[in-house]
Amino acid sequence: MFVAVVSREIARPTVATTPGRTTGLDLALQIVAYVVLIVVALLMFIPFFFSLTTSIKTAPEASQVNTLTNLLWPDDPTLAAYREVFAADIGRWFFNSAFVAAIWVVGRAVADSMAGYAFARMQFPGRNLIFLMVLSTLMIPAMVTIIPKFILLERLNLLDTYGALTIPFLSSAFGIFLMKQFFESIPVELEEAARVDGASRYRMFVQIVLPNAMPALTALSIFSFQASWNAFLEPLLFITSPELRTLPLGLAYFQEAFNFNWPVSMAIAVITTLPMAIVFLIFQRYFVEGQTTSGIKG
Amino acid sequence: MATLARPRRNRNPIAVEDRIAGWVFILPSLAIFVTFLFGPVLFAGYVSFFERDTLNTVNRFVGLDNYRQILRDDDFYLALRNTVWYSAGVVPAQTILGLFLAVLANRKIRGKTFFRTAFYFPSISSSIVIAVIFLWMYSGNGLINYVLESIGLPTPRPVWLANPKGIIEMGLEQFGVENVSDWLEGPSVALLSIMMLNIWTTMGTMMVIFLAGLQDVPGDVYEAAALDGASRWRMFRDITMPLIRPVTLFVVTLGIIGTFQVFDQIWLMSEGGPAKKTTTLAYLIYSEGFNFGGGLGYASALAMILFAIIFVLFLVQRRLNTDETR
Repeated sequence: MFVAVVSREIARPTVATTPGRTTGLDLALQIVAYVVLIVVALLMFIPFFFSLTTSIKTAPEASQVNTLTNLLWPDDPTLAAYREVFAADIGRWFFNSAFVAAIWVVGRAVADSMAGYAFARMQFPGRNLIFLMVLSTLMIPAMVTIIPKFILLERLNLLDTYGALTIPFLSSAFGIFLMKQFFESIPVELEEAARVDGASRYRMFVQIVLPNAMPALTALSIFSFQASWNAFLEPLLFITSPELRTLPLGLAYFQEAFNFNWPVSMAIAVITTLPMAIVFLIFQRYFVEGQTTSGIKG
Repeated sequence: MATLARPRRNRNPIAVEDRIAGWVFILPSLAIFVTFLFGPVLFAGYVSFFERDTLNTVNRFVGLDNYRQILRDDDFYLALRNTVWYSAGVVPAQTILGLFLAVLANRKIRGKTFFRTAFYFPSISSSIVIAVIFLWMYSGNGLINYVLESIGLPTPRPVWLANPKGIIEMGLEQFGVENVSDWLEGPSVALLSIMMLNIWTTMGTMMVIFLAGLQDVPGDVYEAAALDGASRWRMFRDITMPLIRPVTLFVVTLGIIGTFQVFDQIWLMSEGGPAKKTTTLAYLIYSEGFNFGGGLGYASALAMILFAIIFVLFLVQRRLNTDETR
């Protein structure tokens, strides 16, 4: 879902439009708007804040919310949960998540930009039909393809390997669409100049088009990273070995096994959230700037 | 749906080259799509005609038996009810809240980027992380009960995620109506808990989509209407709403597809219980296919039914859209 949103963000320049008059009603509405927005922003933030404070509590304190003060800050802050988490397998889970994410990011950057470029600029037999088919896959529920994928990966002896966590995800319909929209928005003159010089499509793509596609490639990489980092259904069904668990899978199994060790669960939750939060905060700014300065339009 | 601008066909060498190069460029993606999406969709249909267990020790053609069995299975209708209640609750709530927040954020306010970032954050976070946090908040001595007790409100018994009681049923009991039919029970308190989590997660996403749509509405339309003395509410109803109609439909489509597939939170928070009152269609497919249920063939048949339902909803919506814009 995230994906669709930001494609719009990139695809459209933002133009502030508000009606002009300023009245008493305007002022009142303005105050109401701020109050509501701030309250909702707090509501969005609070659960994450409590996961952080719970992760530095002792187990008994964490399972009993009974005063306002221990809700906001533990009586007896401790890093015991983090020590326990690091003594367990979280380093391995973290590595798996990062390794798998890196493969998704690179795979999709290559495959999606190539396909996106073909759909944007080239005329070849079957182009429109294939593009429609690719788009239509956005509607296929994951639950429909998961069983055949499971059977297929089993036949290919890929179940319970890194292959199962990566190979099926090396291209994405959304990524192709995003790259196509971007390539259509950049001027064709550069490529025409290269064409006059006798460059082939392949050289044109590598030497001229890709270097100019960094904003779109960055956006695509963030989406790929996010999708990979949070994936749960496929790892759950394709992976059985504990040493191949990714962070969400590790957290889920830990929660299943030790139902009420809240500080440790929350410590894993915090460690899982942190890299995503950092990436998001860094590139959120990038998005806004990229939107206004480089003027990516759909 | 999408028509591509057709590049001018001419006899220059690049046009000839493109007929081959085009295929070379799409080949990596096409290979993945054929193997892991197009192929599997067809294969899912094929497997649904077989009796087949997870370990592949049984594999026998049974024709339409899986479908017949599903249509006789009470669990299927229970899962269908749960999914329909889930969707019927979550989709309107997240759409209306998202639109409301977007209208507020579309005013001349400071920190628009901050609000957009804050509202967006839950939807980029791991569903499992969020489920664990909410599991803690919904627990008996957890945050939500604490807040409710502090302001003197009753808390549900049994506790949220362990409570199978239908919320409409509970309401009707207040008026002395007992033993309502299955369909009138409403979502269980447990399902409602997960629905609220879902609304919390996705409302910001919907807000950001609506905000992008609202920013596309040209300001002079409002200025003209303001000169004519139109009230704010009329401007919203007669100008904004029709103009952002495609965005609304997009949000509703996303919502329906999303709610019909909800799985991660249920797996972690309730495992389909209590009394199967949080077993949605997606969760039923998982438990039949992979968790000692009717096996992969039976689960595939269920998946095809889920696919058909989503597809029909999609078509109905497209139809409504084209009818109204004509």
